[in-house]
Amino acid sequence: MAATVLLGPYVSEYYYLATYTILQFIVLGTAWNILGGYGGYVNFGTAGFFAIGCYTTIVLNKIFPMPLFFEMLAAAVTAGLVGLGTGYLTLRLRGVFFSIATLALAIVLQTLVVNWSFVGGARGVYVIRPPISGVLMAFFGFFVPNGISYVQFLVVLMVALTMFAVLAAWAVEKSWIGIGLAAIRDDESAAETSGVPSLRLKLIATTMSGAIMGMAGAPFPYYVTYVDPATAFGLAIAVNSIAMPLVGGTATWWGPVVGAILLGSAQQILTVTISSAANLFIVGVLLVVFLTAAPRGVVGIVRSWKRGRK
Amino acid sequence: MEFSWDLVINAIVTGIVLGGFYAAVAIGVTIAFGMLDIVNIAHPAFMIAGAYLAFLGWEDFGFDPFVSMAVFAPCGYLFGRAFYRAYHYFFERRGDESLQGLAFFFGILFIVEIGVVLVFGVDYRSISEPYLESSVSVGFVSVPWRMLVPFLVGLGMLGSVHLYLSRTFTGRTILAVSQDVEAVRLIGANPIRAKEIAFGIAVATAIIAGVLLIIIQPVEPSITREYIGRAFAICVLGGIASIPGTLVASLILGVAEALTTTFYGPSWSPAVSFGLLLLTLIFRPVGIFGR
Repeated sequence: MAATVLLGPYVSEYYYLATYTILQFIVLGTAWNILGGYGGYVNFGTAGFFAIGCYTTIVLNKIFPMPLFFEMLAAAVTAGLVGLGTGYLTLRLRGVFFSIATLALAIVLQTLVVNWSFVGGARGVYVIRPPISGVLMAFFGFFVPNGISYVQFLVVLMVALTMFAVLAAWAVEKSWIGIGLAAIRDDESAAETSGVPSLRLKLIATTMSGAIMGMAGAPFPYYVTYVDPATAFGLAIAVNSIAMPLVGGTATWWGPVVGAILLGSAQQILTVTISSAANLFIVGVLLVVFLTAAPRGVVGIVRSWKRGRK
Repeated sequence: MEFSWDLVINAIVTGIVLGGFYAAVAIGVTIAFGMLDIVNIAHPAFMIAGAYLAFLGWEDFGFDPFVSMAVFAPCGYLFGRAFYRAYHYFFERRGDESLQGLAFFFGILFIVEIGVVLVFGVDYRSISEPYLESSVSVGFVSVPWRMLVPFLVGLGMLGSVHLYLSRTFTGRTILAVSQDVEAVRLIGANPIRAKEIAFGIAVATAIIAGVLLIIIQPVEPSITREYIGRAFAICVLGGIASIPGTLVASLILGVAEALTTTFYGPSWSPAVSFGLLLLTLIFRPVGIFGR
């Protein structure tokens, strides 16, 4: 954390923006993986949960300004509750119905926001960055005498959120929740017969996953300062959050991290060198190539390579 | 908008005509998802492929949309068979359909959409023929041929698929696959081949639906997302594998959307199909005709 801040004066602003984007995708990929990778339930609505986070911040910023940390908590609660609600209504059905419902959820939410003029409707809304709170400024002032810029502050915040998300995924994976989810993924009826409380586990996973996605969206309005529904519900978010865990490998906590770093950096380079439409195209192609040629992702490749050497 | 019975009747007629076109959109999903258990969320991608092929044929060779259907639907059929082969080899055979297979279709949908953006840009494309510009009016209700042609073709498609599935040996094998794969093997038919043919038909119907789409309205790449909702809402509401159910659900969705557009404005119409889908999943996941 200190390293990011200390490098401040020597690195151009672009690298902070790029780092922020990659960290955001690590958080989203990790959150998706808690339900998708461990439990085998595909969520197509990541962009919806992310946008709930964005718009929670926008609404709170308009009616009752507060420190970003509390806005993130509010976003986590809202997105978590939406996840819980969607899960409660559809997780009793076959898994594919949950997937289709999440797809529907994102579009219904987008239509609501487009028609909601308080948050700018389809035209979007400008957001004014609040000042960094005095306590935090004093804390950073201890490391860097000149203090830090708002973007640097957001990067530090994102580093913390990333650590939190990965730690949460790790904890789920190693606990009874993760073992139960793996049993559901492999054979749901067998798991239920052996006494795995499958609905409860799936609801825990959906709520956690949704809450973390919402938290990832909460700082986004301050990062871009202008948000419209097309950005908040962007296709890039939905695709990347699925592609990154699947390319990295879904069975472990580090798969999505590897996938997000690989695809995230590749996209940053491609956006600069070619175009942003082309880079999304390449993400799609990579996703399909990995699914067909290496269905266990980078983690699977590394594992079989290790096994081959023994 | 102010309420009046003229508007209501107009909206209902428009909705029924629109519903005929939605039947053409949904029949492929009913076959693939309902009968073959293949969650083809890339269905709208095949649709916009059909729409842009019709556009190219019209612009470069002066193809009438009906010529486009006759030329491109068989190509779609062959492509669909090859596509199913690949899907079976990589996912079904390994038992990976539910996670990797679903993500695969999502990837294909995405690649096609961005591919079309890269080739054609995000501008709206449309085609026009003199006979499409006129309309039929009865009393105060008037329906343009632009809408009537897709309505009639959609009903025709639904009817022919129904006849094919119920009257021919291969068609009945396809219906049997949807019920019991092992039993199909026991009577000596090859379920993989039946699924391959059925998926080919599903893709061919998507291509035709795409041509119909560009007859109705100008097309741009991101239009696919709305049609995922429409196709799956109809399929689920109609009871997943039922062709009469597909027809009834298409008409319901068409009328619901037309009424919403008339009284609340077109910006709410995407929420109708997805809202209907969510409500069906929550309250009646077996569909209107389900038991």
